[in-house]
Amino acid sequence: MFGDYSLGDLGAIFAMQGFAGLILFSVYLLMALGLAIIFGQMGVINMAHGEFMILGAYVTYLCSTFFQSYLPGLFPISFFVAMGLAFLASGALGMLVEWGLIRFLYKRPLDTLLATWGLSLILQQAYRSIFGAREVGVELPAWLIGSVQVTDTIEVPINGLFVMAVTLLITGAVALLIFRSRFGQQMRAVMANRAMAGAVGIDTDKVDRTTFGLGCGIAGVAGSAFTMIGSTGPTSGQLYIVDTFLIVVFGGAASLVGTIASAFSISQTQSTLEFFLSGSMAKVLTLLAVVGILMLRPQGLFTLKVRR
Amino acid sequence: MTNPVQALTKSVTVNDNPFMKPMEWLSLLLLAAVILVVLPLALDGFRLNLVGKYLTYAFVALGLVICWGYAGILSLGQGVFFGLGGYCMAMYLKLEASSVENTKIQSTPGIPDFMDWNQITALPWFWQPFKSLPLTLLLVVAVPVLFALLISFAMFKRRVGGTYFAIITQAIAAILTILIVGQQGYTGGINGITDLRTLHGWDIRTNHAKTVLYFVNGGLLVACILAAQYVKRSKLGRILVALRDKEDRVRFSGYSVAGFKVFAFCLAAAFAAVGGAMFTLQVGFMSPSFVGIVPSIEMVIYTAVGGRLSLFGAVWGTLLVNWAKTTFSESFPELWLFGLGALFIGVVLAFPNGLAGLWRERIEPRLTRRVKALRAPPPAIAPPHGAPAA
Amino acid sequence: MNAALLASPVIGAASAAPDYLLAVEALTVSFDGFKAVNDVSFYVDPDEIRVIIGPNGAGKTTVLDLICGRTRASAGSIRYKGQELTRLSESAIVQAGVGRKFQTPSIYDDLTVFENLEISYPRGRSVLGALTFRRDAAVRERIHEIAETIFLKDHLAERAEFLSHGQKQWLEIGMLLIQDPELLMLDEPVAGMSVGERVKTAELLNQIIRGRSVLVIEHDMKFVEDIAHRVTVLHQGRVLSEGSMERVKNDPKVIEVYLGH
Repeated sequence: MFGDYSLGDLGAIFAMQGFAGLILFSVYLLMALGLAIIFGQMGVINMAHGEFMILGAYVTYLCSTFFQSYLPGLFPISFFVAMGLAFLASGALGMLVEWGLIRFLYKRPLDTLLATWGLSLILQQAYRSIFGAREVGVELPAWLIGSVQVTDTIEVPINGLFVMAVTLLITGAVALLIFRSRFGQQMRAVMANRAMAGAVGIDTDKVDRTTFGLGCGIAGVAGSAFTMIGSTGPTSGQLYIVDTFLIVVFGGAASLVGTIASAFSISQTQSTLEFFLSGSMAKVLTLLAVVGILMLRPQGLFTLKVRR
Repeated sequence: MTNPVQALTKSVTVNDNPFMKPMEWLSLLLLAAVILVVLPLALDGFRLNLVGKYLTYAFVALGLVICWGYAGILSLGQGVFFGLGGYCMAMYLKLEASSVENTKIQSTPGIPDFMDWNQITALPWFWQPFKSLPLTLLLVVAVPVLFALLISFAMFKRRVGGTYFAIITQAIAAILTILIVGQQGYTGGINGITDLRTLHGWDIRTNHAKTVLYFVNGGLLVACILAAQYVKRSKLGRILVALRDKEDRVRFSGYSVAGFKVFAFCLAAAFAAVGGAMFTLQVGFMSPSFVGIVPSIEMVIYTAVGGRLSLFGAVWGTLLVNWAKTTFSESFPELWLFGLGALFIGVVLAFPNGLAGLWRERIEPRLTRRVKALRAPPPAIAPPHGAPAA
Repeated sequence: MNAALLASPVIGAASAAPDYLLAVEALTVSFDGFKAVNDVSFYVDPDEIRVIIGPNGAGKTTVLDLICGRTRASAGSIRYKGQELTRLSESAIVQAGVGRKFQTPSIYDDLTVFENLEISYPRGRSVLGALTFRRDAAVRERIHEIAETIFLKDHLAERAEFLSHGQKQWLEIGMLLIQDPELLMLDEPVAGMSVGERVKTAELLNQIIRGRSVLVIEHDMKFVEDIAHRVTVLHQGRVLSEGSMERVKNDPKVIEVYLGH
């Protein structure tokens, strides 16, 4: 299998493959972060998570088109504006959905799943009606195009590096928010003991709404970041939903570290396997391995042992 | 102290657990009459075949009533079992259609055309059993059920359930779809297994064959309803309801809980498999688009619309949603997805027990009142308002 | 008379087997380093009524969880009629003759009272057995007998959801009785009951505890005094004191942590 390659070539291939894996890791982590908050903290299954992501992508598309036409001078920084807007748009829609739908279903998790699937169908059709069935791409500003030459044989694309940097930033921000901020404290209190949290004066309904909105907002940012490495169509969100849920569950639903570790291991496995096998078989084997491990160890990678 | 036991047992000698209540017999009769008499008389061959296709989904919905409605196990991967049953049947039919004589222009005659296109020169081992019809009929049910057993045993032994189980079954549906699409040479890929012609020499493409298959399908559906009814009214059915509610109490009443859940899941898989095989026979092909996430979750909505606790409701729900789908996507394709999405949300929020729930809560009490009023002369004194119904 | 007849084989069996019906030795369980039950040992004789008392968080419910297999022990042993329970599955422990009532009434809301009792009837516990289970005269007779005992004979056709809190507690006790366990474990059987229901429950318990060993967790001291043969006091996961109610009541350690305030 390795006979045709020299040692240096092999090293370069593994490095490139490793880098491809890191980009995939960023993509997975960004998607999973929002879900880890919603599913991990609230126990709500949001099947429309992918559509919230796509909303962020479409907002980014609109934003960059707007800058190109009206403020071409500021186009290079349009991405940062777009990301903020994507967060706000998806977050606002998320809070609306929590208010109009999710809050009636907290005691019926399986029904939430069906209702949010219905929501995802509606959103998909809405995107199709507004933006058309064809995929749209966002034109990259000049500074994001090209690649960095590391050695003679290894080069890494700048947009990939940028997505990785964004991932790092958002993950850090989420960790700070959950573990250091007052809101994070309230959120953890509500999830640990709703009745008690309510009794000490936390507005649990508001925390629920904000948490859901936050998860959706992060999905929007993820969608925005994805426009840098791929195009967006009405049903793009659906492609990711299985992977995303598996990542969160595999990581141990309530653990941020678990989500990161799980996104890393799954992305690395998949990108390494892709080198040896066809893309579809790599995906099948990776997902099968995850499902297999989850069957034997349902609690995922990281959990606490607690009294039931 | 007196002995009240003998006095009590006398009063309960009437059968308080009949196989079906009068209302249920009536429902069955109505359904059987519509499927087996009214529709064949009213519809042309094309439309009847379409209804036959819908009814194959009703097998899945029926299984979901037991598995989801009764046992509380939501599977988002029923397409897997529908597909496996359908593929098993399609493999037999494909082999029969790929006789050496029919395929003599291929570089390797005697194997399915898509294998030849993908430079495969011998029939793979897992295709071999499908040369035999009896073996195929066995495998149509056995393969999906064994697969369901494998999935559910591992998970229920480890007390995995609820949303977690739903996610895993959905992942399995996704994996199987990717696998079938990716392994084009062995499975026919994205197009599926097409160009099916005869079943043991009997041409399934003629109008006559399609009508016969429609009735076979209808008969099998009624048989499956009766089987599900048997399970539902047995003690096992009540244990499933108990499990859904208080799993620990059942466990500490001396039951090994996992076995019951595995049974419910495997039964649902078996029903889905029969539906899948009948789909292949009536529609004439099988493809991965009936295996994946989207069809799997759509089949759940059939059950939800009809009523997750009602066997008959599930069949009516399937017919209704599919009829709506066909009508809307013919005339307003844009609106259909909005409609389907709204259906998911509306059923969950407003009618969690579906059509059957509406019937039981709104229409049936009114009907009984009417019937009673017709039978008995009006009472001299009006009963107190809000008196509990019998 | 009837109860004595029922009881005699139990005594016979116990005298042949080891001395105790239940022997809990050095039982320990820890959750993430926190020892909820720490080196607990106690012994229950056949026909004995043992009450476990102790302040909140003493590990009382956890001890019952450990005996019935709901929680797995980190160390120690639980022997029931000479059989080690720590390695058995929950259903095997029930089938060995250990019945458990939960703290909050744990019944099946969607089923009728009759069906609730029927599910606990100790026959047809396998999948196949449940499929072919027939509601014959013996089953009906037994269910009516139990319903009479638990004051619910007029409610057999009612959905359990519509029972009062006290009636739900009785129903769960009835579900245990129909299993005819040799060791009955009750977690706060009179908690949350009205005064009238309490009196009736005491009467019910006095009637059903004959011919079996009973392990009860209870806070109501008057109730404990009425029924207990011996009392075990738990405190912070350990056994603080054990003996007759009289002795325990006068134990200075117990007075300090529990009865004193």
